[in-house]
Amino acid sequence: MKPAPFAYAKAKSLDHAIALLAHPDGEARLLAGGQSLMATLNMRLSAPKLLIDLNGIAGLAGIAVKNGAVEIGAMTRHAEAERSPDIARHAPLIALAMPHIGHSAIRNRGTLGGSIAFADPAAELPACLLALGGEVDIAGPNGTRTVKADDFFKGLFETALGAADVLTTIRLPAATNDTRVGFAEYARRHGDYAMVGLAASARAAGQRLAGVRLAYFGVGNVPVRAKAAEAALADGSIDDAVMALATDLAPSGDVQATGATKVHLAGVLLRRAAKQLTETRP
Amino acid sequence: MSGHDCDITLTVNGERVTERVDARQTLVDFLRDDLILTGSHVGCEHGVCGACTVRVDGVLVRGCLMLAAQCDGAHVETIEGVSDLGEIADLQAAFEKRNALQCGFCTPGMLLTAQELLARGGVPSRETIREQISGNYCRCTGYQAIVDAIESVAQTRAGAKR
Amino acid sequence: MKIVEDSPPILTALDRPNSYIGRSVPRPNLARLMQGRAQYVSDVVLPRMAHVAFVRSPHAHAAIDSIDVSAAKQAPGVIAVVTGAELAKVITPWVGVLTHLKGLKSAPQNALAIDRACWAGEAVCAVVARSRAEAEDACERVLVDYRELPAVTDPETALDPGTPVIHPSIGDNLCFERVHSAGDPDKGFAEADAVVETTFLFGRHTGVTNEPRAIVADWNPGDARLTVYQGTQAPHMMQNLFAKHLGLEEQQIRVVTKDVGGSFGIKVHTYADEMATVALAKLLKRPVKFVADRIESFVTDIHARDHRVTAKIGVKNDGTITAWEIDDLTGIGPYSVYPRTSGIEANQVVNLTGGPYTCGNYRARARVVFQNKNVMCQYRAVGHPIATAVTEGLIELAAAKIGMDPLAIRRRNLIADDAHPSQGPSGIKFEALSNHAALAHLDSMMNYAGLRAEQAQLRKQGIYRGIGFASFVEVTNPSAAFYGVGGARISAQDGATVRLDSTGAIYCHTGVSEQGQGAEAVIAQCVATSFGVSMDRVRIVMGDTDNTPYGGGTWASRAAGIGGEAAWQAGKALRQNVLAVAGSILQAKPETMDIRNGVVVDHDSGKERIGLDEVARICYFRPDTLPAGVQAELIATRHYVPRAWAFAFTNGIQASYLEVNTDSGFVKLLKHWCVEDCGTVINPQLVDEQVRGGVVQGIGAALFEQCLYDERGQMLNGNMADYLVPMAVEMPDIEVGHVVTPTADSELGAKGAGEAGTAGAPGCVMNAINDALRPMGAAPLTDMPFTPDKILRALGKV
Repeated sequence: MKPAPFAYAKAKSLDHAIALLAHPDGEARLLAGGQSLMATLNMRLSAPKLLIDLNGIAGLAGIAVKNGAVEIGAMTRHAEAERSPDIARHAPLIALAMPHIGHSAIRNRGTLGGSIAFADPAAELPACLLALGGEVDIAGPNGTRTVKADDFFKGLFETALGAADVLTTIRLPAATNDTRVGFAEYARRHGDYAMVGLAASARAAGQRLAGVRLAYFGVGNVPVRAKAAEAALADGSIDDAVMALATDLAPSGDVQATGATKVHLAGVLLRRAAKQLTETRP
Repeated sequence: MSGHDCDITLTVNGERVTERVDARQTLVDFLRDDLILTGSHVGCEHGVCGACTVRVDGVLVRGCLMLAAQCDGAHVETIEGVSDLGEIADLQAAFEKRNALQCGFCTPGMLLTAQELLARGGVPSRETIREQISGNYCRCTGYQAIVDAIESVAQTRAGAKR
Repeated sequence: MKIVEDSPPILTALDRPNSYIGRSVPRPNLARLMQGRAQYVSDVVLPRMAHVAFVRSPHAHAAIDSIDVSAAKQAPGVIAVVTGAELAKVITPWVGVLTHLKGLKSAPQNALAIDRACWAGEAVCAVVARSRAEAEDACERVLVDYRELPAVTDPETALDPGTPVIHPSIGDNLCFERVHSAGDPDKGFAEADAVVETTFLFGRHTGVTNEPRAIVADWNPGDARLTVYQGTQAPHMMQNLFAKHLGLEEQQIRVVTKDVGGSFGIKVHTYADEMATVALAKLLKRPVKFVADRIESFVTDIHARDHRVTAKIGVKNDGTITAWEIDDLTGIGPYSVYPRTSGIEANQVVNLTGGPYTCGNYRARARVVFQNKNVMCQYRAVGHPIATAVTEGLIELAAAKIGMDPLAIRRRNLIADDAHPSQGPSGIKFEALSNHAALAHLDSMMNYAGLRAEQAQLRKQGIYRGIGFASFVEVTNPSAAFYGVGGARISAQDGATVRLDSTGAIYCHTGVSEQGQGAEAVIAQCVATSFGVSMDRVRIVMGDTDNTPYGGGTWASRAAGIGGEAAWQAGKALRQNVLAVAGSILQAKPETMDIRNGVVVDHDSGKERIGLDEVARICYFRPDTLPAGVQAELIATRHYVPRAWAFAFTNGIQASYLEVNTDSGFVKLLKHWCVEDCGTVINPQLVDEQVRGGVVQGIGAALFEQCLYDERGQMLNGNMADYLVPMAVEMPDIEVGHVVTPTADSELGAKGAGEAGTAGAPGCVMNAINDALRPMGAAPLTDMPFTPDKILRALGKV
């Protein structure tokens, strides 16, 4: 089980990476943390001709809070986000999600940008980005652009990223006093990809919730907003919100759970997350 | 640098190594096949079993999910080096005393993973210890002896600090 | 019989001064394993060594119309591309049958498929190259023209007239059938006040050894010898098979096994790809290495347990069991695995159901059918987890039906501890069991009454906890009755040779092998004790057919009970030899002396007479000073095989305490207990760790593990992300207790302990889940593994 042959290039800069992506001899792929990509290469499920390593590019990693937003460099490792006081304070949803991602050695190497760009529909971070209504900066041959989370995830492992694009920054609205977040998932074993997971955010508006965003993962080809449930929750009825999931979600079964089980568990998660959303932040 | 052959210079267990590697060669295959450091094991090659766990620049990683080519300039530590330096002698002694290994195939990765937690100091709960090793598959022991051994070392190290 | 706490020293008649029997001494081989200095077969590198990768059938059943290897032969690094037809000139096919499993049949299996592939994953072509990566590259260039054939995948319909026959030459898809009847089951059921009937389903699962199967074969035409480094449990068995199928003499073959990264029964079989590797080495006259990668392991390592058992029990209102009946069906893939066959697991299910209970009214049928999936064969605790879950599941369902406590119903029906020798419902013979004592010990160890009170209290708060039990018996120390009588050249006996070196240390060469269980330590403990030296004066040599006495290896929990006894006896024999010559040197009677801690002493006073180093010096370097006619024999060999009993049955009982989340269907394991009786406990810590590891392997079966196939015979979860092995977070702490009933068949009295945990855990966890859910009115769960999906369905939530 060895990868098919490929060439390796260590990108010296973002521009260099973008130029290399236009490699004429066949498919090129970006190597960020590699914690998903390397496994697919080893299993020959993917056989690019060129691997472009982003790990040597200065300035692609780091966490900063500015202009009411948390900006996370694409090459920021999970472990760094896990330890970051800025993340804990200004992006608490990410902090809640972090311990569920793989295992220590995976989080040491895996990157936030890589996870979002890879867009595994059962992964935590794409759903967090969606739940927070964040956005990503993308650099490509024609310059840079910003894409909202709602427009980023297109299909199974498909995103708004073009063939010569590099995801450079993840931007999340910084939490304020009335920000409420919830995160819960069911995985068969600790650290596994979720059977079903839920990342949620809202604003406290008196006794009610406003701006509810519920992003489920493990229930489709992309992270899925449960919009009817969001509305029901904003109306104050958890029971209605759980009922609404039957129309919001239509997961197919996989080796760990049937579609019906996923919908049921989505409801259980919603009750857990709703509780988190209504709790006052410490 | 771009191509199928990559020239790398790195430090492995304190020794400087210069090799030409195939771009597709994983770090663990490089350590095992080129340097004959066979203490790091290949169990699944898709990042699940943890038998290939090594340290790169002081950080615990899966040897099957990194390329050797990425390690140019890096400091790589394997069980052989960490063992020889005596860094985990107490942990190894605890594993022996508790029979926290049977076939031993997971053990190098398990020891390095445990040491990452222990190096943070304090006495972690058994739940925390189990979470720390949750990415390291052991078919033999059922894990309890491993948890016991790690816990006892944490207690001893914490006691020694007081 | 005596009850002992966890890990105490157990001193018995085997007490010698400085005895290591019953002591938790550390294993001598741990340091190298912990330092990364072990030598697994996957670590072996030889000069001119090439690597093989296999082209494997993507189809469950397909005719191979042609194979075009021309492009592959041109690929970089390729040394040879070999098809089944070419390899068949070097190695002959085999058939996995045993004559004592009457009627068992199978078809010839080749090292590489020749004109037909019978499961998805069967090797059809071999590519040998400078590196594994290059071999895999070239595999992609081999063009195989497959013609897909209908795949037989469902055991339920495998025998239907409309189902294609996988091997027309043997007539039908029935590999083996056994029918057994004892007592009067009809009368028993007629007398019952309550009858429970249900079907138990057991997921197909596999061993997932952390080190995959690995072999390096080196044919040296100059010596006309084949050296095989193989991760195997049975070196001499493999030596015999390589010789037989390569047309060589056994002495032309040396099998070497040093460190093995786990086996669990996976590495005691003949694998086509490993046979192909030795044949390729012979063909190419150079070393060839094969290490299965994880993906091919999932579709080629033997699978096990895929049984569906319809089962029935009759009970009276007082709890007395009146009859048992089972109908077992299992699909074992397209071939019965060589040389142990794939009929043994079903045979064991028939033998072991009804286990240690008195009710002798028993009817059983087991059918073993062929199918186009990966082969199934013996894996840790062969048949036990199935028979135990069926028996213990029936008992707890019956107890619930008549409103009886699950321990009380067992107390009523378990064979009395003083009623042995006895036999189980199927006629299996028990020398001495201690089921009641084990149950009583468990009862107090777990504080059963207290747990029941806690359970009742928590139920009022909507928390559903369950307590489940499983009594069990375990086959250990197998005599020739297991395989030898059926014609297989698998040694039931084992040998040990002990030699004094010139410094007074000893070497012990043993036929048993080590895969982590601690065989090396146990053998060293036995021989050090019986000879009379400290353990650091013992060097164990194992896993080498050139250098060890003929033996069976390590499987069926035999290493300690059989290999340990041989070592014990060999140590004693060498002690007699040394005392004889020491007597000549000292002008003393040998029977007045002993060897203690490396010194010949006066038996009664303990006074030191002469050191072993001095005896050795005289015998080896100054034999001229010995009295005329005295020839020192500083080496002794003894062999041992159980004769009085076909098997040394062990027994025990397990309990599981768990909590079911009735919203999510998730099970949280809170605690697990096991009390077992493996006779004399040579090393309590090693026994406890065998039990713990075994329990967790059984929990894997109960909650996580299953090889999922679609109806076309494609495995759907053949990787470690989707096939769920137990990991640390979900596993409970496990408390182990012992009752000690030595076997009188050997002087040591040790029985095996390797499979008790795996035998009992699945049924025990099943019973605990059903105990938790009973107040919810859920239908009993009997379909392993118990996933959240199934639990939610049982609760009517989905």
